[in-house]
Amino acid sequence: MSLTFRSLPILAAFFFIFAILGHGLSPARADASDDIFANFATDKFSDTEKAVVGLAASATPNSLTILEALADGRLYFDASTKIVYFKSTDGALYVATSNAKAADVNAAALKKVRLNNTVRSALQSAQGSMGLLAADPARRRSAAEAVFKAHDIAALPAVDLALTRETDSRVKLAFTQARAAILAYDTTATDLQRLTAIDVLRERADQDTLGHLSAIAASSDGRIKTAAQAGMTAIQSRLSLLSGVQNIWYGLSLGSVLLLAAIGLAITFGVMGVINMAHGEMVMLGAYTTFVVQDWIRVHNPALFDYSLLIALPLAFLVTAIVGMMIERIVIRYLYGRPLETLLATFGVSLVLQQAVRSIFGANNREVGAPSFMAGSFDLGGLAITSGRMWIVFFTILVFGLLQLMLKTTSFGLRMRAVTQNRRMASAMGIDTNRIYAMAFGLGSGIAGIAGVALSQIDNVSPNLGQSYIIDSFMVVVFGGVGNLWGTLVAAFTLGIANKFLEPMVGAVLGKILLLVFIIVFIQKRPRGLFAQKGRAVEV
Amino acid sequence: MIFSRRSILRATSAAVGGAMALSAFGAQAADTIKIGVLHSLSGTMAISETTLKDVMLMLIDEQNKKGGVLGKKLEAVVVDPASNWPLFAEKARELISKEKVAAVFGCWTSVSRKSVLPVFEELNSILFYPVQYEGEESQRNVFYTGAAPNQQAIPSVDYLMSKDGGEVKRWVLAGTDYVYPRTTNKILEAYLKSKGVKSEDIMINYTPFGHSDWQTIVADIKKFGSAGKKTAVVSTINGDANVPFYKELGNAGIKATDIPVVAFSVGEEELAGIDTKPLVGHLAAWNYFQSIDTPENKAFIAQWKAYTKNPKRVTNDPMEAHVIGFNMWVKAVEKAGTTDTDAVIDAMVGISVPNLTGGYSAMMPNHHITKPVLIGEIQADGQLNTVWQTSGTVVAQEWSPYLEGSKDLISDWRKPLACGNFNVKTGKCGGKS
Amino acid sequence: MMQSLLNLLDLRGRIFLGCLAAVIIIVPICTLLIPAGSMLHMPTYVVALLGKYLCYALLALALDLVWGYCGILSLGHGAFFALGGYAMGMYLMRQIGTRGVYADPILPDFMVFLNYKVLPMTWWGFQSFPYALLMVILVPGLLAFVFGWFAFRSRVTGVYLSIITQALTYALLLAFFRNDMGFGGNNGLTDFKDILGFNVQADGTRVVLLMLSALALAAGYMVARAVTMSKFGKVVIAIRDAESRARFLGYRVETYKLVVFVLSAIMAGIAGALYVPQVGIINPSDFSPANSIEAVIWVAVGGRGTLIGAALGALIVNFGKTYFTGALPELWLFALGMLFVLVTLFLPKGVLGVIDDVMERRRISKRKPMAAE
Repeated sequence: MSLTFRSLPILAAFFFIFAILGHGLSPARADASDDIFANFATDKFSDTEKAVVGLAASATPNSLTILEALADGRLYFDASTKIVYFKSTDGALYVATSNAKAADVNAAALKKVRLNNTVRSALQSAQGSMGLLAADPARRRSAAEAVFKAHDIAALPAVDLALTRETDSRVKLAFTQARAAILAYDTTATDLQRLTAIDVLRERADQDTLGHLSAIAASSDGRIKTAAQAGMTAIQSRLSLLSGVQNIWYGLSLGSVLLLAAIGLAITFGVMGVINMAHGEMVMLGAYTTFVVQDWIRVHNPALFDYSLLIALPLAFLVTAIVGMMIERIVIRYLYGRPLETLLATFGVSLVLQQAVRSIFGANNREVGAPSFMAGSFDLGGLAITSGRMWIVFFTILVFGLLQLMLKTTSFGLRMRAVTQNRRMASAMGIDTNRIYAMAFGLGSGIAGIAGVALSQIDNVSPNLGQSYIIDSFMVVVFGGVGNLWGTLVAAFTLGIANKFLEPMVGAVLGKILLLVFIIVFIQKRPRGLFAQKGRAVEV
Repeated sequence: MIFSRRSILRATSAAVGGAMALSAFGAQAADTIKIGVLHSLSGTMAISETTLKDVMLMLIDEQNKKGGVLGKKLEAVVVDPASNWPLFAEKARELISKEKVAAVFGCWTSVSRKSVLPVFEELNSILFYPVQYEGEESQRNVFYTGAAPNQQAIPSVDYLMSKDGGEVKRWVLAGTDYVYPRTTNKILEAYLKSKGVKSEDIMINYTPFGHSDWQTIVADIKKFGSAGKKTAVVSTINGDANVPFYKELGNAGIKATDIPVVAFSVGEEELAGIDTKPLVGHLAAWNYFQSIDTPENKAFIAQWKAYTKNPKRVTNDPMEAHVIGFNMWVKAVEKAGTTDTDAVIDAMVGISVPNLTGGYSAMMPNHHITKPVLIGEIQADGQLNTVWQTSGTVVAQEWSPYLEGSKDLISDWRKPLACGNFNVKTGKCGGKS
Repeated sequence: MMQSLLNLLDLRGRIFLGCLAAVIIIVPICTLLIPAGSMLHMPTYVVALLGKYLCYALLALALDLVWGYCGILSLGHGAFFALGGYAMGMYLMRQIGTRGVYADPILPDFMVFLNYKVLPMTWWGFQSFPYALLMVILVPGLLAFVFGWFAFRSRVTGVYLSIITQALTYALLLAFFRNDMGFGGNNGLTDFKDILGFNVQADGTRVVLLMLSALALAAGYMVARAVTMSKFGKVVIAIRDAESRARFLGYRVETYKLVVFVLSAIMAGIAGALYVPQVGIINPSDFSPANSIEAVIWVAVGGRGTLIGAALGALIVNFGKTYFTGALPELWLFALGMLFVLVTLFLPKGVLGVIDDVMERRRISKRKPMAAE
C-alpha cells in the first residue's frame, strides 16, 4: 500500500478532472456513491475521510457542492435513516445523493457531519486539486500550492496537464514549482530530473522549500543529498538576511502601535504638562466603541461589516474626545500648575472608567472581528506581512501626518503650539488658554480613542486594555522629549525596532527590561528626552 | 502644653474604640450556613473569575430552592480580592474567622491559591479550587476540582501523536512564564523524550504575562514548523495573552491543518472574545465543553442562561468544576450531618457525583477528582467540538512521575496515613513539623 | 537626651505616638489575655489587618519624607518596599528547611521544582537572621543610592524623575516575574513556617510582629521628624520649594536629595520586611507601578508634608479598601476612584489639612464672642 490517504484525493481529483473534461471515464455507478454517502453517516472521522476521498473520486456531479458544505459545516445526516443532507448557503435542505430538495425531514434527528484536522486536510487537498483547472487563476494557484505542500507523485499527471494548458505566468510558475517538489522527492525519477527540480526549488527559496529540501537531504544520498544541502545553505543565508529586514518590519509595526498609544499622551503631556493616567482608558473606550459599532452592524446590517472600522473611527474619536473634555472640565482644570496632582486625580478617574466599563460590558473580553481587507497575510519578496499590521502602520503614519498638518496650518494648531511654548505669554497675547487646554485634552483623548479602534484588531478588548499600554506610552513620551511630536515618533520606532532585535537574542522579557534600563540611563544623559524643548518654558 | 495629657488619653481611647469596632463587625447568629466566594471581581483576573462567582451564586440559589442543606438555608458571602495576592490571604482570613463560612469556593491563579493555603491550614477550613493547575501539591484543607497535568496535558499530546491527531513529530511548548506552564512543559518534555522525541524537535518558549506583540514568536513557530516534519504547538499561554496570540496566528495564516495549536488555558469564555473563524481546527484540552451533548449539561446551560438573563453567556470547564465541587460538598455535609470542617473533610473522600459530561466524578484520597479528558476543536461559532475523549475517567497524579523531585511522593488523606506528600522511598511524610 | 527627643514632638506628634503606644499595650491584652468569648477580645484576623496597615503606614511615611519634604515624587517606592520584603522572605524560606513539600534541607520548594541543584549565590547567607536584616536595609538603600546618585547628579527632576522611578519598579517587576531569576517567579515566596524559631501563624508571634510594626512606625516617625526639624531638613525643604535658588546659595542639592532618598528607601524596605511575615506572601506584583501610585495616594489623602498625615492616609484608605471589598465587592473601585479624585480636588492638603482648617475656624469663632464683649 504505497498510496497514503493523503494521496488518494489527489489521485481521485486527477480522475475527476478527466471525467469533467470528457476524456472518457464513465461516471461511477449509483450504488458506489451510496456507499460513499453511508460513510458520512457513521459519525466516525476515519469514515468521513474515506467518504471525502471517495466522493472526489466518484465524480458525482454535485461533489464540489457537498465538499464545500462539509467544509462549512452544512452537511448533515439522519442518524436513524442514514440519509445525508446538505444545506445550501441560503439554508434550504437538500438530499445529498439526489440533489433534490428534502421533504419530511426529522430535524431533531439531524446531526452535523463533524470534522477534525485529518478530515479537514483531506478535504482541503481534495478541494485544492480539483481546482487545478479551475477558471479562476487565484484558485488554480492555491491548488498548485496545495500540491506543492503535499508533493504527491499521484498528482504529477494532473499537474503536467495543467501546465500545458496554463497561460498565466504566475500560475505557471506555481505549477512548475509544484511539479519540481513532486519530482525532487521522487526516488524513481532520474538523478538529472531530481537535480533540475532541486534547482527550481532553490530558486523559490522560502520557508516551505527549506522544509522540503531538508526532508530530501535526510532521505537521499550522493549527488542529490549534496545538491539539496547546497540548496538549503543558499536558502538559509537568504532567509537570515531577510530576517533582519523582517525584524525591522516587526519593529515598525510594534513602534506604530506604541506611537498610536503614546501620541495622544504626548499632546496632553506636552501642551498642558498634565500626566493623564486615564489615557489608557481612553484607548479602551475607543476599542469598546468599535465593539459596539460592530455589534450593531452584525445585528442590523451585516453587509456593512467591512466598513465597521471606518464607521467606528469618527465615533470613537467623538466619544473619547467628549469624555476627555468632560474630565478636563470637571477635574483637571482645577489642577493646572500641579502636574503631580493631576496624576493622582486621573488615576482615580481611570479606576472609575475601568469599573464603569466592567459594570456595563462585563469583565470578559469582547469580540472585535477583522474586516476582510485586514485579515490574512501576504508575501512581499520573501517577507511575510500580515495585512492587519500593515494597515495599522499606514494608519499611524496617516494620523501622525494629519496631526502635524493640523498643528502647522490651522489657527487652533498655532494657538496650541503657542500655549505649549509659553502659556503665560500666549495668554497675554489674547489666546484663551483655558479653551485651548480643553480642546487639546479632547484632541489627545480623541486620538487615544482612534488608537483603540486600531488596537482592537490585535489585542484584548477588555477593561484592562488601557493598563497594558499606559506605562509603555509614558516611556515613549519621556524618551522622545516632551512637547515634540517628532520626538515621540522617533522614540516609538526606535523602541519598537530595538525591542524586535533584542527579542530573538535575549527573549521578550529580558529585552523589555534592557530597554527600560536603557531609558533610565538615557534620561540621566539627556534629562529632557531625545528632542528636548528649549527656551524659558523648560523650567516651568 | 496643658492639653497634652488629656488629648493623649482621648486619642488612646479612640484607638481602642477603632480596634473594637474592627473586631465587632464579626459575630452573627448562625441560622444559615455561609459559603465564602473568593474570586477576583476587579483587576486582571476579573476576566476569568467573575463568571465563577456568578456560578456559585446560582448554585447556592438552586440549593436553597431545594431546601438548603441540613434544613438550613445557604448564604453566599462574596468578597473581592481584586487580583491582589496578599489581599486573597486577607479576604480568606476574613471569610473564615469573621464570617465563619463553612467552606470557601475560590481562587484561580496558582499564586492566589499558594497565598491562601497557610490561612486555610491555620484556621482549619475548606477550600474548593476549580482550575486546572500544575499539580505538585496536596493539602488537607483543599479539594482540587480542576485537572492535574495528567488529566489534561499528557492525553492531548497522546492524541496529537496518534494517527487521528496528525502524527505530530515536532513540538513547540509555548507558555507564559509562571509555574503552571513551567511545570506542565517540564512534564511534557520528559514525557515526549520518553516517547523517543529528540531534543532538537522540541522548542520551548516563555513570554511574560499579558504579552501582546506575538509577531516574532509566531514567525519562529512558523519557521520551526517548516522543517519537513509535522509540527504542533502546545500552548500554556495564560488567559489575557491568548487573544493577541490567536489574532496574530490567524493573521499570519497558520491554519490548524498546518500547525495545530492545542491549548490548556483557552476555553469557551476566552474564545468569546475572539473571532474564531481563522482558528477553526485548533485544539483545546479540557474535562468539559459547553458543546457536550448530555441531558445534565443541557439542563445546566439552560439554567445558567436563565440565571444570568443572557442567552449568549457561555459555560466552561472551571464552572463545571465548581458544580462538581459544590455538589460534593453538599453530599459530604449531608453524610457527615454537620458542617464541621474535620467531619466534612473525612466525609469528602469517596463521594461521587454526576459530572456534566455524562459520567461520575469521585473525590479520591489525594483530594483530587477523577475526570474524563476531552480534546476539542475550535469551531467558527466559538464553541469547542469534541474530537477525542478518554474512554473512562482519569485519576489525577498530583505528584508527577515525570519530575525528579516528586516521583517518589504520594498523597493519601485517609487515616492512618493522612499525608499529602508521603515519600515511598524514605517512608517519611514530608512537610510535617 | 529624653528632653531633646520630646522637643521634636508637637502636640500632634505626641497624640500619634500615644496611639501607637496604646496599640502596643492594648493589642496583646485584648488578643492574648482576654478570652475569645468576650466583647473585648480581638481576633487574630484584626491583628493581621492592623499589622498590615501599620506597615503600609510606614511606607507612606517614607514616601512623604521624599515627596512632602523634598519634592521628589517617587512612583517606584513600592520597589524598595518589595525588595525589603523579598530579603525577609528569603530568610523565611530558608527557615522552612526540611518541612517543605520536597523536604530538601537547603533548597526551597520552588527550586527543587525547577531542577536547581545548588543554591544560587543570591541566596547565600539568608539562613542567618542578622544577615537578612542587613540585606533588608542594604539592598533598598544601595539601589536608592545608585539610582539617586545618577538621577540627582544629572538633575532629572519633576515628571521625568517620576516616570523613571516608575520605569525602575516596572523593570524590577518584569525581572522578578522571570522564573530564571531564582526568586520564585510569579508565585513568589510563600508558605513560611517560622521566624527566629517562633511559628509565624501563632497568635503570640502575630502580636509581637504587630508591636514591632508599631514600634518601627514610631521610630520611623521620630527619625523623619528629627531629619525634617534639623538644619539639614530646612535645606531639604528649601530645595523642595526652589531647587535652583538653593543650588545658587551654595548647597549641594544632589547630596541632600540623595541622603533623604536613601533614608526613605531604607524605611520602605523595613516596612516591607515587617509586612511579609504578617501577610505570608511576597510576589512580584508588589513591584507593580499601580501599587506605588496607590502609596502616593495614601500620602495625598492624609496630607503630604505632615508625616502623620501620610500614616493616617494609609490607614484610612486601606481600612476603606478592606471594608468596601467585602461590603461592596462590585462597586468598591468606584468608591476608591472617586475618593482619589475628590481628595485631590477638594482636599489638596489632605485629611490633616481639613482638621487644621476646622481647628483654625473654631479658634477664630471662639475668639469672636470674646472680641464682642
